Amino acid sequence: MSGHDHGEDGVSRRKVLECMTWAGTGVLWTITGGVPRSLGIIDSAEAATAAAPGMTFLQISDSHVGFDKPANPNALGTLEEAVNKINAMPVKPSFMIHTGDITHLSKAAEFDNADRIISQSKLDVHYVPGEHDFLDEEVKFYRERYGRGTKGQGWYSFDAGGVHFIGLVNVVDLKAGGLGNLGAEQLAWLEDDLRGKSKSTPVVLFAHIPLWTVYPEWGWGTEDGGRALEYVKGFGSVTVLNGHIHQVMQKVEGNVTFHTARSTAFPQPAPGTASSPGPMKVEDAKLRSMLGVASIDFKQNEQRLAIIDTPLQG
Amino acid sequence: MKTLNRRDFAVDLGLSLAAAVLLPVTTARADDTSMEVHIDNFVFQPPELKIKVGTTVTWTNRDDIPHTVVSAGKFRSKTLDTDDKFSFTFTDAGDYKYFCSLHPHMTGMIKVE
Repeated sequence: MSGHDHGEDGVSRRKVLECMTWAGTGVLWTITGGVPRSLGIIDSAEAATAAAPGMTFLQISDSHVGFDKPANPNALGTLEEAVNKINAMPVKPSFMIHTGDITHLSKAAEFDNADRIISQSKLDVHYVPGEHDFLDEEVKFYRERYGRGTKGQGWYSFDAGGVHFIGLVNVVDLKAGGLGNLGAEQLAWLEDDLRGKSKSTPVVLFAHIPLWTVYPEWGWGTEDGGRALEYVKGFGSVTVLNGHIHQVMQKVEGNVTFHTARSTAFPQPAPGTASSPGPMKVEDAKLRSMLGVASIDFKQNEQRLAIIDTPLQG
Repeated sequence: MKTLNRRDFAVDLGLSLAAAVLLPVTTARADDTSMEVHIDNFVFQPPELKIKVGTTVTWTNRDDIPHTVVSAGKFRSKTLDTDDKFSFTFTDAGDYKYFCSLHPHMTGMIKVE
């Protein structure tokens, strides 16, 4: 099996590069997808642990509480494992970001279960919705729980540790044949939110679907994401975090670092390596090496945020 | 023999492909009042269906991930979990483009004549 896996790895990386060529971005890629032991991650891990304690925050994503199919019959259980891992961290992060798909079918019980487990971290959690969190008929469960103090469909910003955080919603009003969508109202708000901010303020944008075009054939991108990125172009340090694609992928473009988080529920295939982006079934022994959490360190006077991905196991 | 077989197979394949393409048209006889569309691997199958007025189309989600079937202003299913179905009876002629509102890259077409 492992020989086969290596083969697949090679293909997926090549495909990812091909895909970015099609997308015409013409930028340098650094991909650390699914390989937490790779040099880059060891480096950033060392940088983070050697660093004087700065502000640390966590990202988790795509918990899919309620999912019970063979790819992971116990998504709530692996979410709990992730939270246990968070609780065991030597330094308590300042807060946590959840980049959507908290639930699988937006059922009240799924939100309840997710809350019960995530609250065990005893961290403030800043959420943005995934498309799976907006499935109830009146689309009210997510907003009633997490939408307080937010604008529109649930977007908002806040400041922490000298960093300006902006939570965006790109899972509503999706158009046939299209990608994720922010919409004119949200973009206008974003432009306004950033107005007057010093360009030296580090900015973290987070949303569920990637704001950059990862793989349009699977809808992995945001139609008007480029508009949002234009507004942050002049800033010295911009970090864009998302979930949705259930795998680690990173891109650096000028002062902007894009990073996607793993799911705590089930892995999805690398772009173009399967017939669909649906849940990827892996051996039980391997599952936890493909799920995990990300912690992000911000050190004052450093432009880059160090992002450390921690799989649940391995 | 081997090449012959292969050629036979290729011919068969060609025919079955042609049949698959023609299927919606050839089976949409006046007495056909119901048709099926399956969702497999984030794809509506068949992606295009030609039917007569009065036909009921039933979509079945066979993925592990929920999907919807939405034609703007015409019909909108609830969220379909695995094996859930949605039916709609077409009473007016026309082209009905539809998509999954959760995965908008999934699109399909019902042509009603």
